[in-house]
Amino acid sequence: MPGFINFIISRAVQLVVTMFIVSLAAFFIIRLKGGDPILVLAPDFFSEEQKAQMREFWGFDRPLGEQYITFISKAVRGDFGISFVAKRPAMELVIERLGNTWLLAAASSAIGLTVAIPLGILSALKRNSLLDFISTALASLGMAMPSFWLGLMLIIIFSVNLRILPAFGAMEPKAIIMPAATLGVGMAARLSRMTRSAMLEVLNQDYVRTARSKGLKQNTVVIRHTLRNALIPIVTVFGLQLSWLLGGAIIVESVFAWPGLGRQIIDSINNRDNAIMQAGLVWMSLSFILISYAIDVLYVLLDPRIQFK
Amino acid sequence: MFSMSSLTPASNSNRKSHRNKQPDIKPDASLSPRRKLSIRILSTLLKSPVGLIGALIVFIVVILAIVGPVISPHDPLGRNLRARFKPPGYTDSAGNTYALGTDQLGRDILSRIIAGTRVSVLVGVVSVFIAGTIGVIYGLLSGFIGGILDSILMRIVDGINSIPFILRVIAISGVVGAGLTTLIIILGVTGWTTCARVIRGEVLKVREMEYVTAAYALGQSRLKVMFLHILPNVFSSAIVLAALQVGVTILAESSLSFLGQGVKPPTVTWGLMLADGKTYINSAWWMTTFPGIAITITVLGVVFLGDWLRDFLDPNVRGRA
Repeated sequence: MPGFINFIISRAVQLVVTMFIVSLAAFFIIRLKGGDPILVLAPDFFSEEQKAQMREFWGFDRPLGEQYITFISKAVRGDFGISFVAKRPAMELVIERLGNTWLLAAASSAIGLTVAIPLGILSALKRNSLLDFISTALASLGMAMPSFWLGLMLIIIFSVNLRILPAFGAMEPKAIIMPAATLGVGMAARLSRMTRSAMLEVLNQDYVRTARSKGLKQNTVVIRHTLRNALIPIVTVFGLQLSWLLGGAIIVESVFAWPGLGRQIIDSINNRDNAIMQAGLVWMSLSFILISYAIDVLYVLLDPRIQFK
Repeated sequence: MFSMSSLTPASNSNRKSHRNKQPDIKPDASLSPRRKLSIRILSTLLKSPVGLIGALIVFIVVILAIVGPVISPHDPLGRNLRARFKPPGYTDSAGNTYALGTDQLGRDILSRIIAGTRVSVLVGVVSVFIAGTIGVIYGLLSGFIGGILDSILMRIVDGINSIPFILRVIAISGVVGAGLTTLIIILGVTGWTTCARVIRGEVLKVREMEYVTAAYALGQSRLKVMFLHILPNVFSSAIVLAALQVGVTILAESSLSFLGQGVKPPTVTWGLMLADGKTYINSAWWMTTFPGIAITITVLGVVFLGDWLRDFLDPNVRGRA
């Protein structure tokens, strides 16, 4: 077990370093335009005097290093400043929305996995069959389709024509169906291909042949001997697709007016609401890093053969 | 057999492509090397239906981007307020047909889709070129020099990657302000991390090869080894990645323009058309349906072509894009 503990600790150190880089990004993005945040934050009609006042108020006239230290020391205490649109602490607003984004991500993942794993297994078992061909074609389509367009198509079918699902918001539980399905299709497309190739690889292994020659039933071979080994690459790919999922969530939230963090960040960019923008970037990334970290640990637990460096 | 973009199996087609890699055409004095390559490309392309479809789609899209204004049935910006929201197939009193219908200002959807190819091709090619150049240099340095520099450079990539690609682009374009040129540059300077990581991995493998040791033994400098022996051997991976990245970038551009954070009117892009379509989603389904189909087909073509290219050039890169 010491190897495992070392692994956890070294990954945790990496996590802190990654967060440091994210904090730099959140700090500098607002300064990208000519190095002066005021150029972005102040409306064009402000006079130089007003801009100078604003600069002083936000502390943008201080040395850059000092500004960053102020930012980071407040940020670690959960203080990202006050949103000047909502007149409330940015952190509070962001945390409220973060849960909705992850709820959407979880629902889409659930849909993606439920579709992808059985489909991937069947494709691998009946390789080059019509089913394999169709599922590959659908997966290609699912990956090439812009997720927000799929969302719009669903709105046309289920809200405009059939009138059975709400097109916008999160007022009732069934409002999550369409956004989750939209993202779930993209997830399923990505994961089903990986499941198929991982299964194919494992099906060719000696131990699967041994299991077959022992006279074990097909189901036992597939579930106990093949799927368990194939799960490892599937978990990896799932972790890699998480970034796609979050990115997709940002756009799909806007399509369906889902009250998530992605939509809030876009609103904050449109409103030039720096506090929310920074808090949103940091929290979106932090939650992503933490989940990836959990997946890494899960990966190690799934595969006892992994050597610890 | 179909084989799919970034998540492709290291399965049967692997063997097939190894076969492709070997020069199955016997050296022939009458053919120049370049000629031989083009014949090889054509002959393998003809054997792969998926690659062929991909090549055909990409070819058509590029041609449309170039000659679009000439063959476009109407002016993509031409308003006709008497022909607003007309469904596909509408013919006005003057006998003009609008095959895919018109939008809220009476502009022809088909002409606008044709005009939109230009932005997609431009964004796809130019920003991937920028991203690829940065990624190759970064990955080459990181993998070749190794040690602490490698750790630092890779932690930076991790940090950047922990902000989803689309969020990075939205945040930067929101602050800097977008427009076609700015957007192309932003997509280029934010999209290089995948390439850097894959190239670094390839470099780590290649630098242990015997021919690299041999080059050192012959007294070549590190710089020469890096550019003359390692770079050419990771280049095919870069080309394959670039092809797949074009699809990702086209999708990103359309998402951004859709959200109002990308290209601004009057430039015609598929993403902007979808944004218009969303406003009138209750009444004019054709405004949303057709631009989306255009995006899907284009990205599908790019992905198919990239897939074929991977089999053709480099069977080793699969599964890690």
